[in-house]
Amino acid sequence: MSIVSVKNLTRKFGSFTAVDSISFEVDKGEIFGFLGANGAGKTTAMKMLIGLLAPTSGQATVAGFDVATEPESIRKRIGYMSQKFSLYEDLTVRENIRFYGGIYGLSDEEIDRASDKIVEDLELKDARKTLVESLPLGWKQKLAFSVASVHNPDIIFLDEPTGGVDPVTRRRFWDRIYQSSEQGVTVFVTTHYMDEAEYCDRVSIMVDGRIDALGSPKELKKEYKADTMDDLFVQLVRSQ
Amino acid sequence: MNISINNLTHQYGAVTALKNLNLKIPDGSLFGVIGPDGSGKTTLFRILATLIVPTEGNISVGEVDVVEGMRALRKQIGYMPGRFSLYPDLTVEENLQFFASIFGTSLTEHRSLIDAVYSQIEPFKSRKAGALSGGMKQKLALSCALIHRPELLILDEPTTGVDAVSRREFWDLLDLIQKEGITTVVSTPYMDEAMRCGEVALLFDGKLIANDAPENLIKKTELHLWAVESDEKFSFLQEVRKHESVNWAFSFGEQIHVAVDKTLTENDARKIFDQQIDKNFSAKHIEPGIEDLFIDLTEQEVQA
Repeated sequence: MSIVSVKNLTRKFGSFTAVDSISFEVDKGEIFGFLGANGAGKTTAMKMLIGLLAPTSGQATVAGFDVATEPESIRKRIGYMSQKFSLYEDLTVRENIRFYGGIYGLSDEEIDRASDKIVEDLELKDARKTLVESLPLGWKQKLAFSVASVHNPDIIFLDEPTGGVDPVTRRRFWDRIYQSSEQGVTVFVTTHYMDEAEYCDRVSIMVDGRIDALGSPKELKKEYKADTMDDLFVQLVRSQ
Repeated sequence: MNISINNLTHQYGAVTALKNLNLKIPDGSLFGVIGPDGSGKTTLFRILATLIVPTEGNISVGEVDVVEGMRALRKQIGYMPGRFSLYPDLTVEENLQFFASIFGTSLTEHRSLIDAVYSQIEPFKSRKAGALSGGMKQKLALSCALIHRPELLILDEPTTGVDAVSRREFWDLLDLIQKEGITTVVSTPYMDEAMRCGEVALLFDGKLIANDAPENLIKKTELHLWAVESDEKFSFLQEVRKHESVNWAFSFGEQIHVAVDKTLTENDARKIFDQQIDKNFSAKHIEPGIEDLFIDLTEQEVQA
């Protein structure tokens, strides 16, 4: 069953076509890697999928809702974590969870339960007192991920969640992604680390607003006769 | 410029960011600084760039102390901070002009030095810097850091958020800069980039835990390492981590790398994998790479 369905989705800014008639489907529970060079159109496409930017033409549905006409319904069913943290640095861990729980319309009881679970999962002691700004980067990222999932979304969008993160910390972050995926949550993720592309069930690669390659890492490497996703990426981006 | 870092300690209130650090950076080298988040890399770079004064110890660049000789050194240092710090509402060319005038030089004086970088963004010279893509922003920031032909170039994670192709191009430029005789100190979370450095220093919790040419560091490690391929990757990882003879296990592209006790024989190691739920796997004994080394050294510190 598709949780994301995109057909000829296009977005123009003046005479510039940022997203050029892309089409793809994402299945429920999949880890879908959304790759591309800087400026290829990934962020624009993602903004349309989470209902923040209207398409110029084409259609897309996310969790069964149309991105152009039902963006409010979409936002209740998705989680979103951007590379710039979505957390408030000068609030405590618990205050952040309460804030986002409130936005998503959870009851006090649900918020308390969610807070206890997150604090326990992340082994955050003194969560009532700890300001987010004092947490190490790896912890902030895990917390941002948990907060983006606080309302049990069907799909979670992660925009470069591991940018600038060291080899161990980003692998621990991927453990969390796998965990969510095991529980049936769909994960839509962008990254510049090509080894992380290998951790996805399927990936798409955007070049100049188009999707030039789409498939499992294994299929794609075979199709393009590449040893690694890094080689494949360089081959696709340089060829244009 | 030879750089000598001596007993360097830096505190922010109750937090000690650098703990008695000693390190030599050879003249003309392309020197990498790696380490987990919060290990002290940025603090070290800020002291080296004469922006903050260390709590204890000192750094000399050439023969000049970074605190005493701050004014003289600033003219010889090019610094590119981790966060994009150019003027987003000025154009590409205006930003470059601004840095040139601050350092008392012109756009043309050292044009040959920055040509390889700047020629790639020159077609967009009338575009506002804030409207550039990630890769182009980094190239502009590098041009601005080089405009006065520094003797020492300090780059704090210059390729974070930059795609795989632009990263390679950026490092090709660093090779060119090194050929000009400029000493470059660079931090990176990408281990393939660390391999391109002549020498690297690994920081952990404000301390130096390794320093050598990357090839030598790899040669020196005594890792008993396996690459496993399994269709049930996540459960395999979780299971194998529970075994007492497994030091660590992490995803590596389509494989899982598992570091086991050095004392185990190949057969003993195979037995660990045979006990896993997923019987449909393949495992082979492999030599470590730089990323394995990073993980192993930091995991050792965490467990210590």
